[in-house]
Amino acid sequence: MSNRDSIRDTFFQECEELLESLQEGLTAIDDDTADSETINSVFRAVHSIKGGAGAFGFDDLVSFAHEFETILDEIRNGRLDQPSSFADVLWKSADLLGDLVAAAAGGVAIETHRTSDLISKLVSLMPETSPNSNWEQEAEFQPLAFAFDDPLFSDTASEETTYKILFQPQDSMFENGNETAVLLRKLATLGEATIICDISQLPTFQILEPEKCYLSWMIELCSSASIEEIQDVFEFVEQDCDLKISSTQDALNDTSNAPEDPPPESNPPLQLINDNITQQHDVDGDELEQIPPTRAPAPARDASRANRSSDSKTAGAPATVRVDVERIDKLINLIGELVVNQAMLSQCHLDSELSADSDFVTGLDELKTLTRDVQDSVMAIRAQPVKSLFQRMARIVREASAATGKDVHLEISGELTEVDKTVLERLADPLTHMVRNAVDHGLETPEQRQISGKPTKGIIHLAAAHRSGRVVIDVSDDGAGINRARVLETAIRKNLISQNDNLSPEETDALLFLPGFSTVTEISNLSGRGVGMDVVRSAIRALGGRISINSEPGLGSTFSISLPLTLAVLDGMVVEVAQQKLVIPIAAIIETLLPNTNNFHSIGHQDVIFIRDTVIPVVDLGNILGFRPPLENLTKCVLILLESDLGVQFAVLVDAIHDQRQLVIKALEENYGEVAGAAAATILGDGRIALILDPNDRLFIGHRNAVTTDSRQIANG
Amino acid sequence: MKKKILAVDDSRTMRDMLYYALSDAGFSVEVADDGQDGLEKLHDVQPNVIITDINMPRLDGFGFIEQVRKDAVHRTVPILVLTTESANSLKERARSVGATGWIVKPFDQTKLISAIERVVA
Repeated sequence: MSNRDSIRDTFFQECEELLESLQEGLTAIDDDTADSETINSVFRAVHSIKGGAGAFGFDDLVSFAHEFETILDEIRNGRLDQPSSFADVLWKSADLLGDLVAAAAGGVAIETHRTSDLISKLVSLMPETSPNSNWEQEAEFQPLAFAFDDPLFSDTASEETTYKILFQPQDSMFENGNETAVLLRKLATLGEATIICDISQLPTFQILEPEKCYLSWMIELCSSASIEEIQDVFEFVEQDCDLKISSTQDALNDTSNAPEDPPPESNPPLQLINDNITQQHDVDGDELEQIPPTRAPAPARDASRANRSSDSKTAGAPATVRVDVERIDKLINLIGELVVNQAMLSQCHLDSELSADSDFVTGLDELKTLTRDVQDSVMAIRAQPVKSLFQRMARIVREASAATGKDVHLEISGELTEVDKTVLERLADPLTHMVRNAVDHGLETPEQRQISGKPTKGIIHLAAAHRSGRVVIDVSDDGAGINRARVLETAIRKNLISQNDNLSPEETDALLFLPGFSTVTEISNLSGRGVGMDVVRSAIRALGGRISINSEPGLGSTFSISLPLTLAVLDGMVVEVAQQKLVIPIAAIIETLLPNTNNFHSIGHQDVIFIRDTVIPVVDLGNILGFRPPLENLTKCVLILLESDLGVQFAVLVDAIHDQRQLVIKALEENYGEVAGAAAATILGDGRIALILDPNDRLFIGHRNAVTTDSRQIANG
Repeated sequence: MKKKILAVDDSRTMRDMLYYALSDAGFSVEVADDGQDGLEKLHDVQPNVIITDINMPRLDGFGFIEQVRKDAVHRTVPILVLTTESANSLKERARSVGATGWIVKPFDQTKLISAIERVVA
């Protein structure tokens, strides 16, 4: 990765953080709790984005950030009062800024009218008395692309001019750390220079003050540089010195016009340089060193410090290390192997007859603890706080409340809870949908809320927490709660359940997750129809997560997502089929059953089982995976009811259930090849490989399709 | 002997940029996150030049320059102010607390090196 690419990466990473702090600050401004440091940090965030964007030539981003920053500057300087009164414009600006950053990073381009509309809104906020009010003219901000391989100076072959420069520093020049020798040396890089030092004002040594300047210089420079380039050399000191620059060119031109600077002939610098001239140098860097030092010599302790500093060379190194995600994943994989290895050792110990208090066992226990600690630490590298995701939801809430006309306040808690990076990324879509749903369907309109005696402003609460080795994210609203009567009515109308089904409140709520379910009679243009909670559920399941609902009529609903801390480890149930061990992901298991003969039925060649009046196909796992011929007696087995990500239910027959544990996932495709019915593999404590069942595989779901039509016939007949 | 530069900026992007651009140009670069951090690193780094941002948390550029100018060892070290704010009032204020010169962001390497060459040989 080139330097430029790596800085670019840093820029976008930093933008994310800055946008976060911008959001935080705006929340405080919105609530009228912002102090001056908060407002300054908001300004700084936009300012830094502008600064970085300028270096990369992201012009759209720069120009919008500039306008945004100008308004923030007004707020910061107290020229613009009550920022909470136009918080919506600030929020929209923050959103647009975020979108422009995304666009710069290679995302979707932003329609120009969006930017121009918002800019005119920002301009309209501008107080007329502000020195910034003529900002249109001031926007001469010319971004310059950042280049690494520029030659320092390009040789433009133009004609040489002889300049005469008179330079008399004032004492103040040294107070700010400027130095004559440096300036003269810089000047000498522009061409051939003859420098004459005037020491006529130099007092006797007894009264000489070392920090005062008694010298002045006359320089004759023969150079192709423009007069501006020469002036640039003195840019930092123009107010701390007397400077006169004239050229032979000027002398020629100036004969017609009244000269601003008297031509050298009429006011020759040599007048100033009188008989006292004692030193004359052809310019040459080394000789310049001989100019008497005008600065007090540095104290002697400098030297010892210099030594120390070379030891602490890394003192200023960045506090973070950027590492390729692949490397971390490799490490996680290796740790996974270590976990397996440790489990194998434990197994060996159990098989041996070593006493429990032997050193070996103590060592083994320590290894176990250490392995777990190492695993946790490595997982933590991939972990990121949910804060950024939650803050993105603030925007969703704003948009949703604007679209529905509902007044909504978003509360956030546990935002520092950390989740695996990939999990976090893949959580964005389902969470967005849930938050939209909560505003759209969960909360009542302000009028309805008033009737129920609630404050008109509804509350959406996003909470994250670690609970028993998993991350739990709750999306709660203080709305009316799920209207169960209507849910049941819809489900019956859509043939999802039968009239006679007697569902508990929880079972009723769970109907929301069925594909195609939608209770809102009016299709809202926000949540829409079609993309329902079933899609949310499959996305969560794909992450090895579960989703559940808790709803109280009149008080609101909470949708809870429970997620694994990482995707590298899976909660699985180890089962046995025909002497083979298999793993079934816990997230897919609904329940386990010990069947009796009466439960089983056949439709054609397909065995099915009735579970609460639903026909569920039964899969003889041992047979379908090719481990053994079809079973004669199904009742000797254990049935496990599974559900695919898309909500298709089926039951698998296994010989025995061993235990439930965390397993390290090993890719099959990489190490072996595709195996029908298996998503991946894992290594068990005894060193044996076990396949992890994929409940979404066509091998199982195909059965469902085969019986769907038949079962309908049974149900109807 | 490489010249040492202490670059003080609260933006990581800017610090990275300064770090690479100046290292490329043959300087030895140390970075600090804000004025406070800059002061803490000052004596260890013993810079030949300091480049500092103005608007920073904890201790801003003005405060930082003031403190550096009070330090016996670094009273005369050249300090370049790095800022997007080209407003003259800011330059004036920076000058009044002791800044040597300024670099207006966004800068390119040429601008950056040229500014440094005007304050340190």
